[in-house]
Amino acid sequence: MEKLLSIIFIYILVDNFVLQRFFGICPFLGVSRKMETAMGMSMAVVFVMALATLVTWLFYTHVLVPLRLEYLQIVAFILVIASLVQLVETVLRKISPTLYQGLGIFLPLITTNCAVLAVALLAVQNEFTLVEAVVFGIAASIGFSIALIIMAGIRERLELAKVPGALQGTAVTLITAGILSLAFMGFRGMLSL
Amino acid sequence: MQIIYAVAALGGVGILFGALLAVAARFFAVESDPRVEAVREALPGANCGACGFAGCTKFAEAVVEGKAASNGCIPGGSGSAEAIAAVLGREAELSVPLVATVFCIGDCESSRDLFLYHGIKDCVHAQKYGGGFKACTDGCLGLGNCVRACPFEAIRMGPNALPLVDREKCGGCGLCAVSCPRNIIKILPKGDRGHLVLCSSHQRGKTVQNVCDVGCTACNACVKACPQEAITIEDNLAVIDLAKCNDCGDCVLKCRQGTIFPRARIGGVSGRTRAAAGARA
Repeated sequence: MEKLLSIIFIYILVDNFVLQRFFGICPFLGVSRKMETAMGMSMAVVFVMALATLVTWLFYTHVLVPLRLEYLQIVAFILVIASLVQLVETVLRKISPTLYQGLGIFLPLITTNCAVLAVALLAVQNEFTLVEAVVFGIAASIGFSIALIIMAGIRERLELAKVPGALQGTAVTLITAGILSLAFMGFRGMLSL
Repeated sequence: MQIIYAVAALGGVGILFGALLAVAARFFAVESDPRVEAVREALPGANCGACGFAGCTKFAEAVVEGKAASNGCIPGGSGSAEAIAAVLGREAELSVPLVATVFCIGDCESSRDLFLYHGIKDCVHAQKYGGGFKACTDGCLGLGNCVRACPFEAIRMGPNALPLVDREKCGGCGLCAVSCPRNIIKILPKGDRGHLVLCSSHQRGKTVQNVCDVGCTACNACVKACPQEAITIEDNLAVIDLAKCNDCGDCVLKCRQGTIFPRARIGGVSGRTRAAAGARA
């Protein structure tokens, strides 16, 4: 229990996937323009990361380890995650059109996201148990969501601010992301596994 | 040996997942009406919402279900209506193409400002600061909300900070009219016939004269000049009935402010140049 709690705390704040590990920078910059899209993306990421860690962990321990093919984990995980998301999308469209429309375009978008792959790989590398792996996946995705939503909030305000000509657009976004990352560095060393 | 083993394992897993997906696709297939896709193809795809539905796909679904008329798409016009009717095997309802028209020609030269505005370049924001920086309470603020609202890229800002509507591109969806905090843009039936009084001010004549060189002062001269009796003064503003107007141009000659224009000439130049051209015509 103690370990689960520390996993949650570590991967939401201390070892934040986006701001400390620099995974998933692409959606972090790409969909943080509006709060609405950031929320949609966050929901989809939580959903996919939780599922992906569960399935890849099972796949690793019950398929790759017995076959002694651990060195194929990256390729295999990409294959598993891509098929999984595709499958989930097909099933969702049938049984829950509302959820399907809510997650919308974000679901296929994150299929090949590095943050999702990282979650699967790290879960195996850290030798987590199944429960720990799933909790890790959820915590990491919540950390991702927090970073994305904070960023979207800042960028919505930035739209109305006076930005010097040379810094407009991507420049000021990257500077903001850097400062945000520095702020999260304050959590460094508070807790470790 | 090792490599064959690895390739076989991954290939096997790949084939397994592929088969699984194929089964799932069959098992969880969502049946969709092919006509929806066909109707969707016949629409412009601007997702402007002028039909009252959330985008072109939703409208297509509504048409197929019979909840919307085939001429419901305003930008698509009669072309879309006929294509949709052909898909559904129905008779096409008549559709009238519409176009947006800006009812203000008071640009930065011919109308006066109350104060300098350095705020956000957005008409709604500007309108909130002391009721707008223009002395005329109904004049175009020229910050381009309509330009940004247009899904057809039919509106651009003219050289004198007045929006110009490209009548070819305009679909008549009315999003610009909604975006304008001063209700200056009106949606009219498309066409070059008829004259229009390009002013939206309902202020008294004296007030209009104080703030704008080209505003309608409701002086009644055009009403008297019109042989068709097509012009009436409504709430301090001359209004021309397009159904009655026969393009004789007598009102243009009588208008001291140069506010009246034939529709065929709207959209090229703006403000004072237009007023001068109008006086010559």
